[in-house]
Amino acid sequence: MSQRIVNWFRFSSPQSFYPLAGGMVPWFAAAAAVLAAIGLYIAFFVAPTDFQQGEAYRIIFVHVPASWMSMFIYLVMAGWAGIGLVLNSRLSGMMASALAPTGALFAFLSLWTGALWGRPTWGTYWVWDARLTSELILFFLYLGFMALQAAIDDARRADKAGAVLALVGVVNIPIIYFSVKWWNTLHQGASVSLTRAPTMATIMFTGMIVMVFAFWAYSIAVSLVRVRAIILERERHAGWVHELAGVAP
Amino acid sequence: MSGGALAAAIGVLRRDLLLAMRRKSDALAPVFFFVVVASLFPLGIGPEPDLLRRIGPGVLWVGALLATMLSLARLFASDYDDGTLEQMALSPEPFVGLVAAKVTAHWLVTGLPLVVVSPVLALQYGLPADTIAVLAASLVLGTPVLSLVGAIGAALTLGVRGGGLLVALLVLPLYVPALVFGAGAVDANLAGTGAEAHLSLLGACLVIAAFFAPWAIAAALRIALE
Repeated sequence: MSQRIVNWFRFSSPQSFYPLAGGMVPWFAAAAAVLAAIGLYIAFFVAPTDFQQGEAYRIIFVHVPASWMSMFIYLVMAGWAGIGLVLNSRLSGMMASALAPTGALFAFLSLWTGALWGRPTWGTYWVWDARLTSELILFFLYLGFMALQAAIDDARRADKAGAVLALVGVVNIPIIYFSVKWWNTLHQGASVSLTRAPTMATIMFTGMIVMVFAFWAYSIAVSLVRVRAIILERERHAGWVHELAGVAP
Repeated sequence: MSGGALAAAIGVLRRDLLLAMRRKSDALAPVFFFVVVASLFPLGIGPEPDLLRRIGPGVLWVGALLATMLSLARLFASDYDDGTLEQMALSPEPFVGLVAAKVTAHWLVTGLPLVVVSPVLALQYGLPADTIAVLAASLVLGTPVLSLVGAIGAALTLGVRGGGLLVALLVLPLYVPALVFGAGAVDANLAGTGAEAHLSLLGACLVIAAFFAPWAIAAALRIALE
């Protein structure tokens, strides 16, 4: 048991995590490329045209995975933030900062593809639907997290302040979601509903799931590359970084 | 809370209220902002009574929300600059209690005046009497939430460059539930469907915020003071 704890904490040091992350990046990047190729092939050539929505529905192969990832990454980010606050480990804060831009990217992608899908299907780019609104607020939460971290010069303070904000945000997300949902149902009858979509054909579902895994692999690969860059930047005065770069300290 | 901690918290509350009384213009600025913003909307949109009655609840709530937000920058700044906050953090009394006292003082100085002037502004928007009562009730429950949640943002951005704008970016998304339930209560009363559900939910938000926010604020202040 003690052996295992020692092993886990070994990689909480930036110095030992840096090569591990470097080793993992090519695998996840390759997995992302292969899965995306398969998923997009299914999306464009195998999956049939939807008899209600026509070709426009094909955006779901990007839209749904992006939405899922945007929500999931916030949870992972808050999880790392919490670990960083409790255990006071430097790498946790770096992981949280590395995840935030990817999460914001997916939130934006989800809103953008949603707008592109909404135009031909609903006849409008934007409706104040509960899901759209809460996704927009999630995007704002990501922006706030990144802006706060960018505004604080001391890296450790930036990590901790960001961690408190991420945890406050994660407590608020369910409250925001339900408030927006009730607001929507009380204000206007839902003119359109995402939940009443026709049951999905198996091949469409397969394509979507493959794309979800592609997005997972992409997120992991990109976050690891980013965390490596953050490690180098923050540890630039450490001896092992100088050795790595082959320069005298 | 032991007797000493309560006495210390009351001492902080008295001190903050006294300071606010000595600098009345600071304390009154958010209320003036609220009044001016509420008066600008009819000028921008037009004087039709039906339209104003329709948008009144939302405009007044957003105005109260922005007024609270603008006052957040001053909440901890002067105590942070002159070292008072550090002394509070070092004191043997629980820091959370002192922080809660500071937020209470902020609400008494900023939130309560907003509640008091809101009926006058509601009259300008032609809201009926019982709706005005619901508006005041929703602000009584809602403005403490705004103070508590806003204080987290104020504490996180303490001594950070571009703090004022940053507070808005951090805090406004977190204000969404209070705005939805608060303005929703007034709307529901106006539509004749009863405001109790919204007010109950707003009260629930207040309970959650009052319980959790002081801890988050104290943690954020300790980070800022490191």
